[in-house]
Amino acid sequence: MSATVPEAAPAASGDETPERRFPTAPLFLSAPAVLLFAALVLIPLFLTALLSFNQFDYATGRTGGFTLEHYLSVLTDEYYLEIFLRTFRISALATVICVVIGVPEAYILSRMSNPWRSIFLLVILAPLLVSVVVRAFGWSMLLGPEGPVNAALMAFGIGRMRLLYTEGTVIVALVHVMLPFMVIPVWTSLQKLDPAVEQAALSFGASRGTAIVRVVAPQILPGILSGSLIVFGLSASAFAIPGLLGGRRLKMVATVVYDQYLSDLNWPMGAAVAALLLIANLIVMLTYHRLVEGHYRRRLG
Amino acid sequence: MTRNGPVALIFHTLVVIFMLAPLAIVCLVAFTPENTLSLPTNGFSLRWFDAVFHHPDFVQSFWNSLWLAVLSATLAVVLAVPASLAITRWEFPGRGFLNALFLSPLIIPHLVLGVAMLRLFAIVGATGSFAWLVAAHIVIVTPYVMRLLIAAISGFDRSVEQAAFSLGASEATVFRRVTLPMILPGVTGGWLIAFINSFDELTMSIFITSPSTVTLPVRMYMYATESIDPMMAAVSALIIGITAVAVLLLDRVYGLDRILVGQH
Repeated sequence: MSATVPEAAPAASGDETPERRFPTAPLFLSAPAVLLFAALVLIPLFLTALLSFNQFDYATGRTGGFTLEHYLSVLTDEYYLEIFLRTFRISALATVICVVIGVPEAYILSRMSNPWRSIFLLVILAPLLVSVVVRAFGWSMLLGPEGPVNAALMAFGIGRMRLLYTEGTVIVALVHVMLPFMVIPVWTSLQKLDPAVEQAALSFGASRGTAIVRVVAPQILPGILSGSLIVFGLSASAFAIPGLLGGRRLKMVATVVYDQYLSDLNWPMGAAVAALLLIANLIVMLTYHRLVEGHYRRRLG
Repeated sequence: MTRNGPVALIFHTLVVIFMLAPLAIVCLVAFTPENTLSLPTNGFSLRWFDAVFHHPDFVQSFWNSLWLAVLSATLAVVLAVPASLAITRWEFPGRGFLNALFLSPLIIPHLVLGVAMLRLFAIVGATGSFAWLVAAHIVIVTPYVMRLLIAAISGFDRSVEQAAFSLGASEATVFRRVTLPMILPGVTGGWLIAFINSFDELTMSIFITSPSTVTLPVRMYMYATESIDPMMAAVSALIIGITAVAVLLLDRVYGLDRILVGQH
């Protein structure tokens, strides 16, 4: 009987070090989570990938068969090309603005002393936890025709401007939502930085600007890059901001997927757009992963 | 510590105003006595809060969201504790894959998860089911719990457990009396961040809720695309209040900077 079930040995026996032979304990421990993730992540993604190759019959709404027409029309139809281009343009601009605002802000925060540093870090990061619908609604009031921004424009004699449902408004709101994602990685790389190095540069006669450009900037560059990739990826798939502030005219990729699914009921088309969005996002995120990992390895090596 | 110059401080003030302005205006407008979205210039009124509490759709959605967040955060912790133990304490084939699988909802856009789950729900006939909605929310909040738990378990001195074993404690006792108390900050912090993320989630939920299971963010999104009155501001102010309470709790039990910025 000793030879029949070798893997039934109690898992706790060799607990001191990670076990070398195939252990059963982690299998049991992770099984419930694995089952849930297989059922609700892997299978649905696979089904949606299949769906994106199905034909769609507008008359009956039925789906079936195999076709590449949805991918072809996304890549050739001007309507979709324009939306992908607009999404790319808006996300890129939001990313650049996040760098321009977020990097100096993280640097200023890191030079504050407590308690101000903790308080303002909380002020900058906590909006991240407030529902994006609330923040979009806040911007629609700030920039609305009766809002304080237009009131200020009137007071300065510029006159009322139509700010809602423009690309500018979508970008401003995206920057507001994404700024914490830029501040966090830059802040993290600033924390690793030894302030003595900057002091040394200053004491050797470097100007403040030179010290920042030649000493601080190179060390936080990986943080800026990873922040940019996160901000770009999240902006490109943002839904609530263009949905509430872009109106019917200003579509982005996510709002088009929503329309295809819930208004046009053309699920295969929506699935194809979603699949392309996922692939683009995975490329961005894996680049991020490589970058951060590579940086980490270099620092250790 | 070097100090910031005046230019830096002005820049900083503008950034802080930029971050807080949309939240501040929502909270102010919520107290307006007028019928339109306007700042309360003629005194404060609670009429729009009253309107929210008497609006059956908003009340129902609030309870949906609350139960959904409590259930999915709790079940995510129940699933994530053993899974994190498995990932951090054993070397086994497929460990890297499991780790990537559990963190994947952070990388996959919620929009894509939403359409994928809609497809699954349509096939198995789960459209409109609250239980399946809970399951979907468990998936998106589990990565947040796992990140904190993996950090808590990795930075854990195992000699304490071994001491308990050598004194004759059973595995269950060691887990209950030694392991769990030591990772408790990770568990409570993970539960709170999971609660907040589930309570706020819009993009996935909008695809998989039905009229009876509509969550508060989805209800607000629908409401805001049709009509805009100060009731939206009152609901938003209530959400900001609930989030603020959760954030303060989170800061107490775990440290907000540790959760958002990572361990250092």
